[in-house]
Amino acid sequence: MDVIVNGGVEAVRLLLSGDHELWQVIWLSLRVSLTATFLSLLIGSPLGAMLALRPFRGRGVAVSLVNTGMGLPPVVVGLFVTILLWRNGPLGEMRLLYTPNAMIIAQCVIAVPIVTGLTLAALQSLNPKLRLQLQALGATRVQMVWLLVQEARLPLLAAVMAGFGAVISEIGASMMVGGNIQGQTRVLTTATVMETSKGNFSLAMALSLILLALMVLVNSVLTWVQQRQRPL
Amino acid sequence: MGAILQIRNLAIQRGERTVLLVNDLAVERGEVLAIIGPNGAGKSTLLLALALLLPPTSGAIWFDGALVTSQSNLTALRRRMAMVLQEPLLLDKTVVDNVALGLSLRGVGRAERERRAAVWLDRLGIAHLARRQARALSGGEAQRTSLARALALEPEVLFLDEPFSALDAPTRAGLVEQVAEIVRETGLTTVMVTHDRDEALALGDRVGVIMGGQLLQAGTPEEVFTTPVNAEVAQFVGVETVAPGHVIAQDGGLAAVQVSGFVVEAVSDAPLGQAVLACVRPEDVTILPDVGRGLTSARNVLRGRVTRLRPAGAQVRVTVDCGFPVTALITRRSAQELDLAVDQSVSASFKASAVHLILRAG
Repeated sequence: MDVIVNGGVEAVRLLLSGDHELWQVIWLSLRVSLTATFLSLLIGSPLGAMLALRPFRGRGVAVSLVNTGMGLPPVVVGLFVTILLWRNGPLGEMRLLYTPNAMIIAQCVIAVPIVTGLTLAALQSLNPKLRLQLQALGATRVQMVWLLVQEARLPLLAAVMAGFGAVISEIGASMMVGGNIQGQTRVLTTATVMETSKGNFSLAMALSLILLALMVLVNSVLTWVQQRQRPL
Repeated sequence: MGAILQIRNLAIQRGERTVLLVNDLAVERGEVLAIIGPNGAGKSTLLLALALLLPPTSGAIWFDGALVTSQSNLTALRRRMAMVLQEPLLLDKTVVDNVALGLSLRGVGRAERERRAAVWLDRLGIAHLARRQARALSGGEAQRTSLARALALEPEVLFLDEPFSALDAPTRAGLVEQVAEIVRETGLTTVMVTHDRDEALALGDRVGVIMGGQLLQAGTPEEVFTTPVNAEVAQFVGVETVAPGHVIAQDGGLAAVQVSGFVVEAVSDAPLGQAVLACVRPEDVTILPDVGRGLTSARNVLRGRVTRLRPAGAQVRVTVDCGFPVTALITRRSAQELDLAVDQSVSASFKASAVHLILRAG
C-alpha cells in the first residue's frame, strides 16, 4: 500500500518539479502512440469499410485474419519489425531501428487490425437496408460510405479509443524496436519496466500512475466527442 | 412511348432459384400501380429491379424510353426516382437534415434544400419536428419524415415498398389517405408494393398481382378484384367462394352452372360443357331467413346450413354449406336480426352478375 501512496506523491512531485526527463518521456509516449493511432485510423478504417461493404472472394479469410490480428502479441510484432529494420534486413537501409519512427511503425502494426476489425463491426452493425436506402436516394459509392461512416461514428470512436489504449500500454514492441534509449526512445512503459527491475518501486509506480492519468485524459476527450450529441 | 418504365422478360435469380419472372409490364406516366401479393411472392424484388437497385439476371428495362444497360449511369438514373421502404431508415441527424438528404447528395444548395424540405415537412404535418433528432421520433413521425425525404426530391417515379405496414391502424389509415391525396394532386407516377388489399384499392389506378414470382394479372382494381384470372388470385383478392362446376346451359350471356347439386346462374359467355370455377365475393352475398325465393330479386338463392360465424371488425363472416361453402360478409346488426347461429338453416343469395366464372381445363 505504501508503494502506491509513495508512488502517487512521487508522481505529483516529479510533474510539479518540471523534471525534464520525465516530461520528455511523457511527450514521446504521446507523440508515438497518437501518431500510430492516427496512422492506423487512416489505414484501418478504409480497410474495415471495404471488408464490411464490398463482397469479394476470400473475404471470409480476410475477416478472420483481421480478427486474429486484433490480438497480436506486441512482442511478436516487435520481433518481426526488428528483423525488417535490422541493419542487414530488407528495410535496413532506412536506418530506422531504435528510433521513435520504428516504434510508430510497430505500434501501427498492432493498432491497424484493431481499428480495421472494429470499423468492420461498426459498419456491419448498421441496418443493411440503410445502404439500399442511400443508394435509392441517389448516393454515389463514396457518398454512401461517408454517410455510413458518419452513422457509425460512435462505435468508430470506440475503435479509436481501443487502438490508442492498445498502443500506449504496450511494451514488448517499443522495447524491442526502440531500445529504451534515454532521451531518445524511452517511453512511460519501458521506463516503468526499467525502474521496476532496478528496484525503484516508487518511481515505477509514479510512472504507471502518470500513464494511467494520460489514458484517462485522452479517452475523456474522445468520450466527450462521442457522447456530446447523445442526450439520453 | 407513354410508359416511363417498361420491362420485358425480366428474370431475377438467387442462386439456382428464379425468384421473379415478369414477361411484360409497363408503368405509365402519372399512374399509380399497386403491386399486391402474399409475403415472399417477389413484390419487393420487382420493385427493386424497377428502381434500378437490383440488376436483373436477364431481360430488359427501359426508363423514360431508354434501355438501361451496364453502361448506363445508374446513379444519374436513380436520382430521377425516389423510394420509401417499410422501415424509415433515417440517419442520426435532425428531421430537416434527413428530409434534405437526397437533395444534398445531388448538390442542391442549402437555401433551396431547406425551402423544399420545409414545403414537404409542412405538407406531411411534421413541420414542428424539423429540428428534432430523428431517433426521437415515433414510428408514424419517422415514416412521414421518410416520405417527405422522398417527395422533396420531386422524383419522376416514386417507389413505395410497404411503407405503411409497420404502423398502427389509425396512423396507417391517416397516412394512406394523405399519400393518396398527394399522389393524386401532383400526378406523381407511383409504384407501390403492398400485401394489404385496402391500400391497393385506396391508392391504385391499376393493380398487379404477383404470386410465386410471376405477375399473374394486371388491370384496374375493379377488374382484378371482381374477375380474377385463377383460383389463387381469386383467393388473394378476397373472393371467398370459389366452387368448381360445369356450364349446363347458355342463354345469350347468362350461363347456368351446375355446382355440386345446385345450379348457379352467372353473367358469362362461357360455352356449354365448359369446366369453370364460380367465384363470388363475400360482400356480394346476402343471407336471408330460410324462406326460399320471394324476398329477393337475386337470381341465385341457395338453401343451406350455417357452418361457421366469424366476427370481422364491424362485420360478421358467415359460411353456409349449400353443398359447397358459400361465404357472406354481413353487418353485425343483420346477423343479430337474423339471430344467426351455427347449424341454423338459411338461404344465401347473390346476383348472377356477382358471379365471376374462371374457365378451367377438364
